[in-house]
Amino acid sequence: MLTIKNLHAEVEGKKILKGINLEINKGEMHAIMGPNGSGKSSLASVLAGRDNYTVTEGEVWFNGKNLLDMAPEDRAREGVFLAFQYPVEIPGVSNLNFLKTALNEIRAYKGLPALEAREFLKLTKEKQQLVDFHSNLMNRSLNEGFSGGEKKRNEIFQLAMLDPQLAILDETDSGLDIDALRIVSNGVNKLRDAEKSFVVITHYQRLLEYIIPDFVHVLYNGRIIKTGTKELALELEERGYDWLKEELHLKESV
Amino acid sequence: MINSNEIIDDIANKEYEFGFSTDIEMDIAPPGLNEDIIRFISAKKNEPEWLLEWRLKGFAAFKKMEFPKWQHFEMPELDLQALSYYAAPRKKKQLNSLDEVDPELLATFEKLGIPLNEQKALTGVAVDAVFDSVSVATTFKGKLKEMGVIFCSFGEAVQEHPDLVKKYLGSVVPHTDNIFAALNAAVFSDGSFVYIPKGVRCPMELSTYFRINAQNTGQFERTLIIADDNSYVSYLEGCTAPMRDENQLHAAVVELIALEQAEIKYSTVQNWYPGDKDGKGGIYNFVTKRGICKGTASKISWTQVETGSAITWKYPSVILQGDHSEGEFYSVAVVRNKQIADTGTKIHHIGKGTKSRIISKGISAGRGDNSYRGLVAVGPRADNARNFTQCDSLLIGNQCGSHTFPYIESRNKTAMIEHEATTSKIGEDQIFYLNQRGIDSEKAVALIVNGYVKEVLNQLPMEFAVEAQKLLSITLEGSVG
Repeated sequence: MLTIKNLHAEVEGKKILKGINLEINKGEMHAIMGPNGSGKSSLASVLAGRDNYTVTEGEVWFNGKNLLDMAPEDRAREGVFLAFQYPVEIPGVSNLNFLKTALNEIRAYKGLPALEAREFLKLTKEKQQLVDFHSNLMNRSLNEGFSGGEKKRNEIFQLAMLDPQLAILDETDSGLDIDALRIVSNGVNKLRDAEKSFVVITHYQRLLEYIIPDFVHVLYNGRIIKTGTKELALELEERGYDWLKEELHLKESV
Repeated sequence: MINSNEIIDDIANKEYEFGFSTDIEMDIAPPGLNEDIIRFISAKKNEPEWLLEWRLKGFAAFKKMEFPKWQHFEMPELDLQALSYYAAPRKKKQLNSLDEVDPELLATFEKLGIPLNEQKALTGVAVDAVFDSVSVATTFKGKLKEMGVIFCSFGEAVQEHPDLVKKYLGSVVPHTDNIFAALNAAVFSDGSFVYIPKGVRCPMELSTYFRINAQNTGQFERTLIIADDNSYVSYLEGCTAPMRDENQLHAAVVELIALEQAEIKYSTVQNWYPGDKDGKGGIYNFVTKRGICKGTASKISWTQVETGSAITWKYPSVILQGDHSEGEFYSVAVVRNKQIADTGTKIHHIGKGTKSRIISKGISAGRGDNSYRGLVAVGPRADNARNFTQCDSLLIGNQCGSHTFPYIESRNKTAMIEHEATTSKIGEDQIFYLNQRGIDSEKAVALIVNGYVKEVLNQLPMEFAVEAQKLLSITLEGSVG
């Protein structure tokens, strides 16, 4: 579904990604871990098309289409969803109106008619329950005055509503207490299916106790330096990243 | 990939839609401002002696006055002698019905989306169309007459209802009020007149549409609305002008009078030509608008959507004289390119238990400069007066300006006055967030702007709320979800 080949990117002349290779198939759950500043969030931003990043080399293919050629809104319409690490607040725009606009834009792109109000509300109710999102947040302005946990839950709720093929969760666990973490993880688990793929970016193994990944990748200095299964996450939790960095330096010096 | 800066540039440079001009035979007075021209206008309109006297008093006051200096923009040089003070489409004879209006004029208004043919007109809206200095047509007059509602051009009111005009003209905005009001008193050409009799709820929206067409003219119309005891009227004014390289002056006066328990709702969608992106041309919109709640429990509500003009300079105000009367001011002012808006309101609480509410939403884009200036004054007799003011500014891009000058003067310690203000900016982060949910940048800006102004647009009559929303979208690119 998603193929990343030798991806290099920089921001303000600083090289951030230095040759990422990654293959993600339908229905897979990939976790990306790594120390601060390794390029995890940058990878998410480049995939979503944030314009302060410049891709200098490499390719990204999504369902056979060149993702890097597309405007951010078209990437979203094609089915790439980014759950933001820091969701923005938009005063005056109700959550409901925002979601209706987003959903109908995506539908229009796919040649589908706009959802009627009743159908839309039905869908909203259904998805609210699925991810345990309070209905009283629906008529409030988008993320305005939401707590950190509510904002993250809103991201997962939007994910449920927009039903993308690929969801990238950028440190969705940061700033969540244990209860909120469980609610968010449950929501993600309920959304997993054979058609949908996930990339979960996280610092901590804790999230991966709830969301069990198929693959764990370690990103360091703009490259994936190790790939494993969920056991790799446990090992990282125990030993930190230093042993991997040493391994890497040994390899490079050989 | 479109980035948000390009979107912002687009917004700032969007063309003006109503910039065409109409080629029609005109009677135009020679340029210059003097007593002769005032006598000429008065004679042309066959006015009674008292009105000519009043004009001349206005002119005398004008000559003693100077342009104010407190505004937050550089006052342009105005050569009032270079303007022509009278321009009217040449008519062949007295018109008896709409069918006799020059087809060129009807076509012009059609093009502006204001059909004057009653069959095609918006149902429930009566229109008075003012072209340069004169009113060219008023629709649904007959229907309104049945209910005793008078809705006609100012000139006609002077002929047909001189007592009402004489009683109320200048009673809210005297001819000595300010330099532009004095100028207007001297040379006003036409405008609209409304009288709603006791106990009548006006069955349709009344609307005046102003169009400046001729070159080197000023438009100086006067609107006078009187709502008698227990009556109600909703009134809307709209305006456009052709694109011209030189600036044109629009110095109108609007007076509203609400008697016992009467209510007047006055809405403006102002779309005068704003000038090009370098600030060349455009209308100077220097207007004096004021209403008085004379009667107990009367109410006046101003709603304005200001998107046009090179400079907008006006403060629709309310004098709350009657006990328990209410005043409201809802405003959206948009500036882009090099537009300037210095606008707001003045509310004078005089009667007991008077209430007022001010909601002002400024939007600045391009190199526009937007100021809110407001006064809430509570007099010694106004026990338990209550005011709430909310004043928000939204910035798009990083070359625009926004300023707030709120004044509060209270001389009664039982008064409660609240003022809230916010300033926000449409950030690239917000646009990217919406992009990532499948919404393109143009729509994203529209979504944010519409969310921001919703509270004000909700005050407009339905048809016009839709129009205003469209206008905002044209002005700021994008459309509404």
